[in-house]
Amino acid sequence: MIFRRSVLTSLFAACLIAVSGPGTAPVPGTAPGPGTAWADAPIDVVASFSILGDMVRQIGGDRVRVTTLVGPDGDAHVYQPTPADARSVAGARLLVVNGLGFEGWMDRLTEASGYKGRVVTATAGVKPLWIADRDRREIDPHAWQSLANARIYVRNISDGLAAVDPAGADIYIHNAARYMEEIDAIEAQVREAIDSLPAERRKVVTSHDAFGYLSADYGIEFHAPVGFSTEAEPSAGDVARLIRQINREKIPAVFIDNISDRRLLDQIVRETGAQIGGTLYSDALSKADGPAGTHLGMMLHNIRTLVTALGD
Amino acid sequence: MYDAVIAPFVEFGFMRRALVGCLALSLGATPIGVFLTLRRMSLTGDAMAHAILPGAALGYLVAGLSLGAMTLGGVIAGVTVAMLSGLVARTTVAREDSSLAAFYLISLAVGVVIVSTRGSNVDLLHILFGTVLALNDAAIFLVAGIATVTLFGLAVLYRPLVMECFDPGFLRSVSPLSPVGHYSFLVLAVLNLVGGFHALGTLMAVGIMILPAAAARFWTRDLTPLVVIGVLAAFLGGYVGLLLSYHASLPSGPAIILTAGAFYLFSLSFGPDGVIMTHLRPRRHLEA
Repeated sequence: MIFRRSVLTSLFAACLIAVSGPGTAPVPGTAPGPGTAWADAPIDVVASFSILGDMVRQIGGDRVRVTTLVGPDGDAHVYQPTPADARSVAGARLLVVNGLGFEGWMDRLTEASGYKGRVVTATAGVKPLWIADRDRREIDPHAWQSLANARIYVRNISDGLAAVDPAGADIYIHNAARYMEEIDAIEAQVREAIDSLPAERRKVVTSHDAFGYLSADYGIEFHAPVGFSTEAEPSAGDVARLIRQINREKIPAVFIDNISDRRLLDQIVRETGAQIGGTLYSDALSKADGPAGTHLGMMLHNIRTLVTALGD
Repeated sequence: MYDAVIAPFVEFGFMRRALVGCLALSLGATPIGVFLTLRRMSLTGDAMAHAILPGAALGYLVAGLSLGAMTLGGVIAGVTVAMLSGLVARTTVAREDSSLAAFYLISLAVGVVIVSTRGSNVDLLHILFGTVLALNDAAIFLVAGIATVTLFGLAVLYRPLVMECFDPGFLRSVSPLSPVGHYSFLVLAVLNLVGGFHALGTLMAVGIMILPAAAARFWTRDLTPLVVIGVLAAFLGGYVGLLLSYHASLPSGPAIILTAGAFYLFSLSFGPDGVIMTHLRPRRHLEA
């Protein structure tokens, strides 16, 4: 498995070298360089995954053309960039990444594509949470699961857009302010929903440990059999501990998430009194017509799903 | 003692299911592995495992996480590669190993392309590699069914297989049916690899097929004990590996294969035909 992945990575690297030669510098005419005054050509922005893509779209509106590398229902932990991604990055005016080690493949991608432009790290200024995973401690990158952090994301992205497109700065500031108001409204709904839950029922199991920030903000306990990366393989010991814990603490519900394998959770449910509570969206949005097409839609969907399953 | 080696299986259903899965795999895959090693085709198992990938990937893309579709796809891809490479080997100047290598590489490349066109979605490789801890009823029945078919198939093919192990040229000269035996054997190998990837992941499935068989060779020279020792070693590897995964929190698939690997190294060192015994044994003189 590890071997296979390294083979894939080197194959990919070979492809990248092939496309990212001098011939694939941004094609003149598609991406106006800094200083060119083309008022109606949209700014090309590349966002690393669907949630950031949505935020950039909300703030940039019609002035930006967003390319999302890891699309809806995609898993950015284990993503393999393609040569087309390198071309998108090379032709972009702004690159928006999450940071906190979420996109491990991003440094190689920007280097291989020769991208020299501005990079916005959306989590800049976020207070990172640590995942204490028995013997190792790692930073939890899933900061967008907190609405408080989402405000920081919005500010970073709008600053980044204004820096590469000063002419549109007013529009970005205006859109960001409107977006902040939406966040406030959603946060009020989320708080209200959580408050309706009795404290002893605020415990759930998910297939991958992506809800640390949600948990810290709203006091819901999350447990996961494989830790925070979808890359890890479960061990019998971890699964057994989780089953014992579910039974001991009478954890009412187990949730599938949209990017990981549900087969293990099905087996866990079999041995416990817990129910499958529904699907949570962790690292990726659903398709636009799905239940979690935007970041705020996703937050609301997750909370509603949690509250419905935990509520009875 | 009871707590350490029995209690996990009493307390947890998923441990029992994993153990049943290991038993089925050892009964099916290891005898195949014995014949593969005897016919110097150990690496063929590995090549076939890679060849299965595109079929399983296609099955997943068409029908989602469906056991049937992934199995069917894997079997079709594996059998196609086996048949094509055999056909090329028997009708052209190319040898079987080079044609197998060629076809499995093509198949693997197709698999990688399929995986990456949908790569932005869930990590397909991860889906394709099952884990023995998450065997559902359907997967257990599949693996057990494959073991049953394998044992019956091997019983039917036993004589031609044994002959082909020791003198392939002879079998070819006395029986026009020798290719039938060969291909049926390859189909059984593909079936077991497909069953194995549901339980352990493709690469690990080759491990449970080859390692116990290779280890058994250091204990005996006769075919029947070879199969028996191989199956016992494989099942023991599964059992000890699961306990290791339980107590030491190691990922289950690699823990099982590592246990089988440890048994291989032990056999290599201490088996009657192993390194140490061969050196201790007085050399027989040439008799006139």
